[in-house]
Amino acid sequence: MHVIACMKQTIDLQQIRIKRDTREAVLEGAPLLFGDMDKNALEEAVRMKEKHGAKVTVLSVGTAKLKDGILEALAIGADEACIVMDPACEGSDTTSSALTLAEAVRKIGVFDIILVGEGSADNYSGQIGSRLAEILNIPLITYVRELSIENNVVTAVRDMEAALEVVRVKTPLVISVTSEINKPRRAPLAQILRASRKPLNVWTLKDLGIDGAKVGSTASRIQVVSNLAPEQERKGLIFEADADEAVEKLVNALRKEGALS
Amino acid sequence: MSPGVIVFSEADEGTFELLTEGRELSKLYNTQLSALVIGKKDEKGIEKFFEYGAEKVIHWPNENVRTFETDAYVHALFEITKQNGPDIILIRSSRLGKEVAGRVAQRLQAGCVTDAVGMTPKGSELVVDRYALGGNTISSEIIKTNKKVISVLPRVFEAQPAPVIGKIERIDLEKPPERVELVELRKKIGESANIESAENLVCVGKGLASKDDLAMVNELCSLLKAELGCSRALSADYHWISEDRMVGISGKRCKPRLNVSIGISGQIQHTVGIMSAKIIVAINKDKEAPIFKIADYGVVGDLYQVVPKMIQKIKARNN
Repeated sequence: MHVIACMKQTIDLQQIRIKRDTREAVLEGAPLLFGDMDKNALEEAVRMKEKHGAKVTVLSVGTAKLKDGILEALAIGADEACIVMDPACEGSDTTSSALTLAEAVRKIGVFDIILVGEGSADNYSGQIGSRLAEILNIPLITYVRELSIENNVVTAVRDMEAALEVVRVKTPLVISVTSEINKPRRAPLAQILRASRKPLNVWTLKDLGIDGAKVGSTASRIQVVSNLAPEQERKGLIFEADADEAVEKLVNALRKEGALS
Repeated sequence: MSPGVIVFSEADEGTFELLTEGRELSKLYNTQLSALVIGKKDEKGIEKFFEYGAEKVIHWPNENVRTFETDAYVHALFEITKQNGPDIILIRSSRLGKEVAGRVAQRLQAGCVTDAVGMTPKGSELVVDRYALGGNTISSEIIKTNKKVISVLPRVFEAQPAPVIGKIERIDLEKPPERVELVELRKKIGESANIESAENLVCVGKGLASKDDLAMVNELCSLLKAELGCSRALSADYHWISEDRMVGISGKRCKPRLNVSIGISGQIQHTVGIMSAKIIVAINKDKEAPIFKIADYGVVGDLYQVVPKMIQKIKARNN
């Protein structure tokens, strides 16, 4: 069994600062991290390795920083990494990202399961799983919070808001996971050193047979007009020191607002 | 050329919301507004969509399409919208809808914006707003392809009737083979709280030390006539509170008049769900907690002191 876990590095969202005057997000200097749900996808792949002896390949499209970042995924338990690094990918929309991933999957060759997170940490658009399944023309199970495999058949519990749906699908397929599915392990220190000895394939768009003009910002089907923090018109009255006094002030304020009926 | 606007949701109330918004767009672009309805539905059921402004209901009366059978939904939407079909495709961003949106977009080779929270025409362009950078920003985007797939978050638009005399078009499509086999459909355990429409909301987070302390929070809830909500950890990790009360980017997005956040640090993944509250109150012992940055009123202090005092003071005033 061969499992491919797709992961995306995004900037550390906790490090984002918003400029007060322009409401712009300051991203410079923020470190890159794999998204939480991407880690759930990798963890599930590693569990398949432990349980069924699956081979785990981690696949990612990103910047030059990916070379270091991917070691974490290898240390956690992936057997091999394939990363696509090409300046032409810069500014890719989801259509281009999905196409790049799909071509990389085709280059990897035979696989049984592709795992993705239900959404990326930064934009949470949730389109990659959908688009990948369409391009590769294989079944898709989204929002999976529990799964098991037996004889090339995946049984999965999908979380569909008010209901849980249990479904069965034959491999190969694409699965998107929610954060309930597992608790991702951290990379053991000893493994991080060993990770650099695992196979790491670095590909450019040319290696995948993709015309650089067809992806990246110029080819984007989405034009971002603006990307600013929402306007905040909050009062910001914070009461400190003596709890009695603070609560008194709070309750009075809420009464004046008509918030206490 | 008349591009056309089509709306789709697996739930009727979702279709009503989308029709309410779709009406504005179809007026603006001087084009037809239609709704796709799949499965068994009698005339009366279909007329409901006319009440919300659907000029045409495209009905695929196939009774064999089961709940959550996305392959069939995607197939129908694609067949109707390809080539000269409607250009603007509005889908309710439930989990099913979000999956369908991405897949239909891929089949149409179209750009897609999911989880839209607003749509504003700007000249001949349609600007779609969605949260980005983990909820820190709102990204305003234009879809450049002719076909535009937009999944709209539930309850962004309030459904309002505007009756028209519409027509029904019955279609007969071949159902695609079922690649995903249904084993079981289970309702979630929990009392299915409807916290999205709660007038008042009290949200608790990891500052709460034990499940037993929910009694105290619930007392405050009943005094404030508020529903209980929570951050992700309390429901997904600790299982103290059912998931239907989880607030945030992967939970519910609420628009209460009053929101009281207790022991919540204010990570963006959670606060996205309370951003539309009219008044935000924060109680947290950490003065630097980000929740205070979005609060109208805040108390810096131990929630185990502050909440009982609040309860006491509100009770005293009520008497």
